[in-house]
Amino acid sequence: MIKEKVRVKTFKIDGIDVTGQSNATLLEVANEHGIKIPTLCYFEGLTPAGACRMCLVEVEGSDKLIPACTAKIKEGMEVTTNSERIKSHRKMILSMIFAERTHTCSVCVSNGHCELQDQAVDLGLDHSEVPYIHKVFEIDASHKEYIYDPNRCILCTRCVRVCDEVEGAHALDILSRGIDAKIIHDMDEPWALSESCTSCGKCVHVCPTGSLFEKGVSATEMVKKKSIITNLIKTRKER
Amino acid sequence: MKKARVATIWLDGCSGCHMSFLDMDERLVELSEYMDVVYSPYVDQKEFPSDVDLTIVEGALSTDHDIEMIKKIRKNSKKILALGDCAVTGNISAMKNLFGTEAVMQKAYFDLVDHNESGKYPQEIVPTLLDKVIPLNEAVDIDYFVPGCPTPADAIYEVLKAVLEGKEINISELTRFGK
Ligand code: SF4
Ligand code: SF4
Ligand code: FES
Repeated sequence: MIKEKVRVKTFKIDGIDVTGQSNATLLEVANEHGIKIPTLCYFEGLTPAGACRMCLVEVEGSDKLIPACTAKIKEGMEVTTNSERIKSHRKMILSMIFAERTHTCSVCVSNGHCELQDQAVDLGLDHSEVPYIHKVFEIDASHKEYIYDPNRCILCTRCVRVCDEVEGAHALDILSRGIDAKIIHDMDEPWALSESCTSCGKCVHVCPTGSLFEKGVSATEMVKKKSIITNLIKTRKER
Repeated sequence: MKKARVATIWLDGCSGCHMSFLDMDERLVELSEYMDVVYSPYVDQKEFPSDVDLTIVEGALSTDHDIEMIKKIRKNSKKILALGDCAVTGNISAMKNLFGTEAVMQKAYFDLVDHNESGKYPQEIVPTLLDKVIPLNEAVDIDYFVPGCPTPADAIYEVLKAVLEGKEINISELTRFGK
């Protein structure tokens, strides 16, 4: 098979001239040039999912907002990452993520170390723009070391991807759609009964919120070790 | 300059945000030059006054009485400041929504008590619980949101100063959900 030739493309982000390899995503090029685009579901080294929509940007000549984490770059394109329109859309998206589940930060294991909280601070979101739903999900505390609380899950699928792409187990997946969606183990078994879960804990440490956490920690105590996963992915790539 | 007429109230909250307010310590003296507290758990005033410049509300809305109060507050206040996570998001007060009012009443008045001679829930004097606890902005328009559990005194001070002086302020630099 002939490999697609990697070429360099030149375009503009926020008026700044940038270059990127033709197979790079918009987000990757922005990151390389120190241009910050907010993300939630993106995790460096995992296949981008385009699940959260925090990274929406504008491209000159199109009315549609596109997610930077999955967008391919094009020669001569002009990208805006931070207009008033984008900011207001991001606030609405973040509000919907908060309101879809029950985030009681004050008593959460991840309080103070949560990427969802951080996004609210960065975007200046001081209240939800949509009403809270408070749908009840049962917590899975069957595993001897870890707990899954769907009530804090933002459905970013980082856990699903790390389990599949890095651990190679694919013990996790998403069940149902929309408001009913949640993470399951195997065929919706209790976590402890999952035959494919290796108990490696990678899912816990890439999870941006307090949805996956270690047993025994109480409020504010769950600090995720994301760098372990990032380093592992990097080291494997270099081999 | 005419002093601002400020009211404070706690609805379904734990009073923690009001404690935090007092934690402004000597800065309260400074603030008192710009504002009079005309209604509050801190002062002895039974009726909510009719002409308030700013009402600071702690706590979520959990009862029919809370709804009545917040509507009155909205009518009688130029500005409303939602203080703390319960007022802003529902927070702990709204955790009840995951189980429902009936389950919570059952727990409180039957399962966990040694005596309940009437065999009923209290129905007189105490207000009736709503089916769902909601943050303030799901019932009325709110002018300022200052999250935190409880909101740190420093944040309350900075926000109040800015509001009284009519200046813009970025609240997210001072506090956040769960702070
Ligand atoms: S997961 Fe994050 S946003 Fe949700 S309750 Fe926990 S700290 Fe708050
Ligand atoms: S459990 Fe965590 S990592 Fe998995 S989808 Fe939910 S928020 Fe994302
Ligand atoms: S980071 Fe791009 S959609 Fe989530």
